[in-house]
Amino acid sequence: MSILVIAEHNNQSLKADTHKAVKAASQIGGDIHLLVAGFNSSSVASEAATLRGVTKVLHADSAVYQHQLAENVSLLVTELVKDYQHVVASATTNGKNFLPRVAALLDVAQISDVIAIESADTFVRPVYAGNAIATVKSSDAIKVLTVRSAAFDAVDTGNNAAIETISVAKDAAVSAFVSEELTKSERPELTAAKVIISGGRGMQNGENFALLNGIADKLNAAIGASRAAVDAGFVPNDMQVGQTGKIVAPDLYIAVGISGAIQHLAGMKDSKVIVAINKDPEAPIFQVADYGLVGDLFAILPELEAKI
Amino acid sequence: MKILVPVKRVIDYNVKVRVKADQSGVDLANVKMALNPFCEIAVEEAVRLKEAGIATEVVVVSIGPAAVQEQLRTALALGADRALQIETELSLDSLQVAKLLSKVVADEQPQLVILGKQAIDSDNNQTGQMLAALTGMGQGTFASKVVVADGKVKVTREIDGGLQQVELSLPAVVSTDLRLNEPRYASLPNIMKAKKKPLDVKAADSYGVNLSSNVTTLKVTAPASRQAGVIVSSVDELVAKLKQEAKVI
Repeated sequence: MSILVIAEHNNQSLKADTHKAVKAASQIGGDIHLLVAGFNSSSVASEAATLRGVTKVLHADSAVYQHQLAENVSLLVTELVKDYQHVVASATTNGKNFLPRVAALLDVAQISDVIAIESADTFVRPVYAGNAIATVKSSDAIKVLTVRSAAFDAVDTGNNAAIETISVAKDAAVSAFVSEELTKSERPELTAAKVIISGGRGMQNGENFALLNGIADKLNAAIGASRAAVDAGFVPNDMQVGQTGKIVAPDLYIAVGISGAIQHLAGMKDSKVIVAINKDPEAPIFQVADYGLVGDLFAILPELEAKI
Repeated sequence: MKILVPVKRVIDYNVKVRVKADQSGVDLANVKMALNPFCEIAVEEAVRLKEAGIATEVVVVSIGPAAVQEQLRTALALGADRALQIETELSLDSLQVAKLLSKVVADEQPQLVILGKQAIDSDNNQTGQMLAALTGMGQGTFASKVVVADGKVKVTREIDGGLQQVELSLPAVVSTDLRLNEPRYASLPNIMKAKKKPLDVKAADSYGVNLSSNVTTLKVTAPASRQAGVIVSSVDELVAKLKQEAKVI
């Protein structure tokens, strides 16, 4: 049995999601081949070869894969996939974009957002925004899965897998990349951070999110937000933690001025330790928090920054 | 330009979901159902394109039993022109839905298919991408802005690190994210008018698509619940707990 994992990267370095997807693949059992599809991406291929458990890196380097357009990447994966029983990608916006396209071209189902591998054909995934957990079994010849990064540990590095160059360059010629505006931040990414501090509607406006900066600096934390804060226009959507944003499971999650709507809880309730700071003692966030502090966040945040 | 908007009837997003005791699924008996929120955004976007003079007709389609006509009427009240119900009692997976929709695309020849990025019941986030694959169209998923001009559609996509713009040749598939628009409320006169708009019904069997899935649900359980912890009285106590008890800072 062999498994094709598709790497998540930006042509320069590998995203932490890939380390977790490889971990999920290792629980299925079998040889793991890691596909790096990009352009001028040899540093990514080298990095991919260091992941423990990877038996071979497949490196497809072509301008048609530079922006990993779903139309092109799905043609590449479908071409390679004949020899595999499983195809695994991270349930990132990238994996969610191209992998269903692969599944449809293969005429098989996709199992989305897998949080546990029961066996080579049985998988666990949340439905209804995590309010129910489904165990599903697939009899498709090729199982196509996206896996939730927050549910798997990262594999170690130190491996030295062989890198095989793939010369297939597929251009579907129906889509083109125009531009990209990526949020620049010195902080860790939300899905990779060990500590996250998030603000909600209680922050009152976007400027007040600066109150989280000092604490985030001290804890090397990523800064997140609830959907309410995003919808109110305080901060951009890529900061959103929740069912419709990013699903995270850091060691420490600090929720500030967040009431704890189901929508938000679905994105962070698997965090190891949850701290809630809210002026409303009845806020549902306190029902999931390990430590709750009731009070005015504008008084608490500066004090917390000073004392940690 | 014709726009096709596939929509889904799902449990209302305000309803607290309960798992059945026999672990066969979620209890949907006597539960309020609604148009999937992402589908509502898709209908709104199509109607706005029509109001802007870009689209000429908005066709909504839903797959399911007679009950889905309720959601089709909702979409008609929001401004869609006509509706198609593909009737089946089966609960279909995304691939089977995409196959049926690809047949509708072949019949209707829309220039644009706009649909929700995911349904809030199965949370699959697959149908749009699969439909695009089966029809050979380009896809603009998780859209927060859609601009149609010169035989192309430019889609701003919400991606993990920020935003991305792609340009797709028409016909194309667009899947909606939350910030694409804020759907209107249907006015009473429009709800009345919607009752007179055409709604066709076709049997799912008539499309010649294999509707069986190779994925079976073995069980559905409630998630592990998290225990509430302690309320601390001061920042000092919080910091002490985090350092000494939880050991996370």
